[in-house]
Amino acid sequence: MKQYLSFFRMRLLAGLQYRAAALAGMSTQLVWGTMEVLLYRAFYLESPEKFPMGMEALAAYIWLQQAFLAFFALWHLEPELADSVQQGTVAYELVRPGDLYGMWMARSLALRLSRAALRCLPILLVAALVPAPYGLRLTVSPGTLALFLVSMALMLVLVCAYTMVLYGLGFYLESTNGVRWLSLAAADLLGGAIVPLPFLPEPLRTIAALSPFGSMQNVPLRIYGGDIAGTEIPAAMGLQALWCLLLILAGWILMNRGLRRCVVAGG
Amino acid sequence: MIEMRGVSKTYRVRRRDAGLGSAARSLFSRRYEEIPALREMSFAIPDGQIVGYIGPNGAGKSTTIKILCGILRPDAGTCRVGDLVPWEDRKRHVARLGVVFGQRSQLWWDVPVTDSFLLLRDIYRVPEARYRENLERLTELLDLGDLLRTPARLLSLGQRMRCEIAAALLHSPEILLLDEPTIGLDAVSKLKVRSFILEQNRQCGTTVILTTHDMQDIDALCSRVLLIGKGQLLLDGTTAQIRCLAGENLSTEESVADLYRRFGI
Amino acid sequence: MDTVKLYGKFLAIHLKSAMAYRGSFLLSCLGAMLVTANVFLGVVFLMARFETIQGYTLPQLTLGFAVILMATSLAECFARGLDSFSQVLAQAQFDRILVRPRGLLFQLLCQDMKPTMLARVLQAAVMIFFSVRSGAVAWTAAKAAVLALMILCGAAVFFGLFLVNATLCFFTTEGLEVMNIFTDGPREYGKYPFGVYGKPVLLVLTFLVPLALVQHWPLQYLLDRGPGWYGLLPVVSLLFLLPCWGLWRLGVRHYRSTGS
Repeated sequence: MKQYLSFFRMRLLAGLQYRAAALAGMSTQLVWGTMEVLLYRAFYLESPEKFPMGMEALAAYIWLQQAFLAFFALWHLEPELADSVQQGTVAYELVRPGDLYGMWMARSLALRLSRAALRCLPILLVAALVPAPYGLRLTVSPGTLALFLVSMALMLVLVCAYTMVLYGLGFYLESTNGVRWLSLAAADLLGGAIVPLPFLPEPLRTIAALSPFGSMQNVPLRIYGGDIAGTEIPAAMGLQALWCLLLILAGWILMNRGLRRCVVAGG
Repeated sequence: MIEMRGVSKTYRVRRRDAGLGSAARSLFSRRYEEIPALREMSFAIPDGQIVGYIGPNGAGKSTTIKILCGILRPDAGTCRVGDLVPWEDRKRHVARLGVVFGQRSQLWWDVPVTDSFLLLRDIYRVPEARYRENLERLTELLDLGDLLRTPARLLSLGQRMRCEIAAALLHSPEILLLDEPTIGLDAVSKLKVRSFILEQNRQCGTTVILTTHDMQDIDALCSRVLLIGKGQLLLDGTTAQIRCLAGENLSTEESVADLYRRFGI
Repeated sequence: MDTVKLYGKFLAIHLKSAMAYRGSFLLSCLGAMLVTANVFLGVVFLMARFETIQGYTLPQLTLGFAVILMATSLAECFARGLDSFSQVLAQAQFDRILVRPRGLLFQLLCQDMKPTMLARVLQAAVMIFFSVRSGAVAWTAAKAAVLALMILCGAAVFFGLFLVNATLCFFTTEGLEVMNIFTDGPREYGKYPFGVYGKPVLLVLTFLVPLALVQHWPLQYLLDRGPGWYGLLPVVSLLFLLPCWGLWRLGVRHYRSTGS
């Protein structure tokens, strides 16, 4: 564990060195968020009665999405890890103590955390200054905040577990590009990156909510805005936990089987 | 005739953190560190000579080459190559120039060498008859044969260098600039490249300027050596003269090392 | 004339090397198309719920989206050498370009192309086809000409943006991601006519980065929501290329006096 804390610290420091890049990234995210909010504002002003969720909850969703983009960005794979699987050099990792799955999982978590840690605060602050109902309301009840944080943590684990499955598939496929693109497209649509889930037509909406992608950004962001509330919360978070377990299991099996194959084949 | 007179170039390195923000700040307050690369450099090279341009790293070799190529504009001084000022009349100047940068390729990576040659023919507007004549001659002298049908990425370093040199000569340039042409080559390739350069010079009267750290290149090729250090011309003479200066019974390599020490560069 | 011929030869070479790796080429095409298809689906879903936005119907929105998509894809395909200019500089390829007796921009455009983007051009063409068939526009010859003008001038404006992006590489190596706001951004947000985003955005995209001149305003003319001269505004957008070109010259001068 200790070595992953230091990995996290190292990443954070490296990230701080590229201040200009971080600044550029943040401005881009702010503009993205602004454009998205402006777009929904146009729909809201014209026909608020057709909105499936409150404008305020939607604004919170959009701003949090931009602030924590590093958490949800499924296209961020670590080329180092993906390549080592693809080229078989992963066998060398076995000389190190500890379980490979655990090590890589911790590493992925640290990477995403450090990326987001650097960028989220300024975006959240600016978003809080935007007037209601288009800005981000910072005052939520402590209970909601706690649930939001737990759900965020579950989501982060789920995203990393999902990328681990992709790494694991690298043992069996010549190129994971095809799988990656297809699953990215599915994730964009079903995860609520293109449009938030409540705006999807049925039955797509239900399918999306039950899919693993629907347990990612969809749940915590809507808990924060109050769009998922009451008895829906334990159900949604339970599903999150279930998907976490399933994907961790799948990734772990894929990886260990793959490693064994890799070793038997002589690296 | 290549002539440089009193050419100076100072790099001004901006002292700032990288990035857009500080770049914007530095629009208002700039702090520079001045690093002189060339100071009052003067020399003349008549047509048809092979000149070795030597000096330790950071002496100003590549700055000189860049100025001769017309890539870089000096701060002061004049430079004429034939009747042109390199940086003022870029297109006409470089049409008479062949350049080989030893460490980067001018061939297109994925296509057979012939295809690269055909593109260069079109870029330099070489008439078909002359192109064919040159290609034939270069293929024979540099032993290109089968290499022409191979994509550049599959060539060995020595094979690639031979193709690079041919590529630089397809348009019959009057001047050939070679920046470390033998770096990393095996013995056979080195010998081939050297004998070709001599042959090219003899047959076509091409002026050759080469920078190198390999003193055997100098021994084999150069009738004249320009030694520079800290941006200044320290010595202009034949290899025999250099050996003379350094004292008895030293090889060129040892003599040059001795001179570097004596000039404190 | 021989410049055009030479460009054709480079084009052939880039297509050939794309075809040499046919499997991965087709896969990248598919990937590029999937991303756009997703964005379009987003529009479809919202329109299924709201039916119209500021009076636009789905086929009308599709037309505006297709114009921007085709313009940016053409620019990305053919001005790839500008888009990837930071690598060109990092690998000292620009020195090589300077020692060849041809125009600098011309050589840069020859150097690199991205045929994958042609898949998106095709996609945009299909979108225009369906928009036309659904009768979103009462077509006349003049309107068809304006549509072509919108696409070509749009590609030119994106070209200008890539040129500015490339120019900045002469001066700094970091923080260039900011330019994504003006390159990737409009491609993404061009899915709706720019007027939908409100007046400030429309003003910026009319007077600063004139992408509204190739999409929003002439679209009003196509849909009979604005006067005829709106249809000529794409031509005005070409003025944007002047300062871009000036900046580029400045950048090249800077490079040739500092050598870095």
